Amino acid sequence: MSNTIYKNGIFGPNEWAVLEDEADLPESGKVLVSPDRFLALEGSAPEGVELGVVIRAGEKAERLVAHLAKLPMVAIDFPKFSDGRGYSSARLLREKFGYKGELRAIGDVLIDQIPFMIRCGIGSFEISHAPTRRALEEDRLNEVPIYLQPVGRDGEVPLGTRPWARRRVA
Amino acid sequence: MYRYDEFDREFVLARVAQFSDQVRRRLSGDLTEEQFKPLRLMNGLYLQLHAYMLRVAVPYGTMNSVQMRRLAHIARKYDHGYGHFTTRQNIQFNWPRLDETPEILSELAEVEMHAIQTSGNCIRNVTADHFAGAAADEIADPRVYAEILRQWSSLHPEFSFLPRKFKIAITGAPNDRAAVQVHDIGLQLARNEEGETGFTVYVGGGLGRTPMIGRKVRDFLPEADLLAYTEAILRVYNLYGRRDNKYKARIKILVHETGLEELKADIEREFEAIRGGILTLPKDEVDRIEAYFAPPVFKAPGDESHFAAAIETMPGFADFAQRNLNEHHQPGYTSVTISLKPIGGAPGDASAEQMDVVADLAEKYGHDEIRVSHEQNLVLPHVLKADVPAIYQVLKEHGLAEANAGLVTDIIACPGMDYCALATARSIPVAQRLSERFGTPERQKEIGDLKIKISGCINACGHHHVGHIGILGVEKKGKEFYQITLGGSADEKSSIGEIVGRGFSYEEVVDAVETVVDTYLNIRSGEEEDFLQAYRRVGETPFKEALYGTQ
Repeated sequence: MSNTIYKNGIFGPNEWAVLEDEADLPESGKVLVSPDRFLALEGSAPEGVELGVVIRAGEKAERLVAHLAKLPMVAIDFPKFSDGRGYSSARLLREKFGYKGELRAIGDVLIDQIPFMIRCGIGSFEISHAPTRRALEEDRLNEVPIYLQPVGRDGEVPLGTRPWARRRVA
Repeated sequence: MYRYDEFDREFVLARVAQFSDQVRRRLSGDLTEEQFKPLRLMNGLYLQLHAYMLRVAVPYGTMNSVQMRRLAHIARKYDHGYGHFTTRQNIQFNWPRLDETPEILSELAEVEMHAIQTSGNCIRNVTADHFAGAAADEIADPRVYAEILRQWSSLHPEFSFLPRKFKIAITGAPNDRAAVQVHDIGLQLARNEEGETGFTVYVGGGLGRTPMIGRKVRDFLPEADLLAYTEAILRVYNLYGRRDNKYKARIKILVHETGLEELKADIEREFEAIRGGILTLPKDEVDRIEAYFAPPVFKAPGDESHFAAAIETMPGFADFAQRNLNEHHQPGYTSVTISLKPIGGAPGDASAEQMDVVADLAEKYGHDEIRVSHEQNLVLPHVLKADVPAIYQVLKEHGLAEANAGLVTDIIACPGMDYCALATARSIPVAQRLSERFGTPERQKEIGDLKIKISGCINACGHHHVGHIGILGVEKKGKEFYQITLGGSADEKSSIGEIVGRGFSYEEVVDAVETVVDTYLNIRSGEEEDFLQAYRRVGETPFKEALYGTQ
């Protein structure tokens, strides 16, 4: 398994496979399925199979609310780096629905978008773009480290501070 | 006006560094043009017909003399000696080189300027009334809230890849000079019965291919909820706005296709979820920002006897005083409109020399404040009436004294096919020919208030839909054709103009407009009935008949 997952500052192996709706469930392993399939499978997946969900652009994260507490992984698919729906899905999951598990960006994930994704609550990234991989390996996030607005990411802006809560990244 | 603090300074410098790195990676090939495009657009850099174009932000159209002089310097050093002020109160330079843009941005950052979010599918420069803080009819200064929104929306992590661009405008006066009803979000400052400040909120206005007047979603949004409510609107739009067709991607289409009530319910649901949270605006924060916009220390009214004398003796001054001054709330003061529409000129263009002249005047007479109006003129918002003759004299020496604010030659036009890669017809030469046709002072005065707006393609950057007379240039079988619309307006009683009939060729269009104007002069009930009032009274029939004959 190639080390395509960037998380906590390092690259590691991808243990999660995306499973299309038509494909059969494997006997074991970690698989990411659509919300439809996840809801249909509820409780009936084989014992060795660990289920996560992949949210495609345009799919509503709301549907998963009742199951979020036991989901180890939600992947948000960015079909194109310029399609920004995933940022809202991420913030809704984290801030409105209180999702605490791993939130991963998959798809067209590029270096210039990663700082925004992090602020929206995404913590791991599937990277296939070579210059992006290089930049991450060299720790060149190229972020503007001053935030002019609060988002609800844990620890970013304490409640009751300035509303657009401009702050430097520590 | 707003001054940067250490955060703003670091922010802008960091953005310059970030963009410089993006340019470097583009030049090295790490970024493809497709990947680079949204990044450069988010920083105001377009690829036009002949060259790159850099659009520099002038937040809500407010700047000082140091900033204006820096713009003049950039025009000289990196451009062909001029700049173009836009309908969104920004300025465009038409000839910068890609590899020089980081340097230009560094020079801008030194004077607290930037090009952040002047383009791209993000929240654009928030615009406001160009007479903000000065106008006699103002409820509250809209720039305070424009600045709060500017800060909140800058490099917003969730809303930097929207379905399409997103424009917010605010007016603080009942006479809407910011065209709020044709913006994605339009905010009209209001006071409720308890005397508290808030906003009437419109959503889904816009021009382009599908012109729409914004729909009211809130009669009174409390001040404290401004950011939370705006975030709720943006989140609904970001999630559900169409992304399959860029011409149907603005929020106006979402309002139209979803239906106002359902969309309003979606917005309210998001709002309820975040209301009272981190986005709530504390009053002391509003006060802190408001302090930046405190009025200047006004002087006592000067000796106005030369003003009165100049009306009698100085050639052209009476017309200038009548057209280009706007009532100020402070006794002895007025706001001066500096027309960038000389007869036969390109609307909105200013030479580096003219920019310097305006900067000098602002410094000497105008409490160091300059505004850019969405009508592509400049404004000195705070000057003593007694100083206006001296100001006029200087303006006249530099081709800036045209007494045509709000008149037939005060034309809005997009750059059109002379510069723009999207345009299908020329706009500037049409504006120039119209300006020459109607340019004598007597003729303009006789015609009175009349807004002509010209777009060189269906994207409607020249706002033709809301011109009293709108002109849309299109291409038909390799030739330019101009469609005329009548009765549009972008004020507090906004309306979309109606197409009057088949279009006219480049050669015919000026005659056609003259026919429309002559028809108005014939049918008006008196001199006090302006074009728009007359049109609204009689409808299109007399104009149609005059243009196409009775069929």
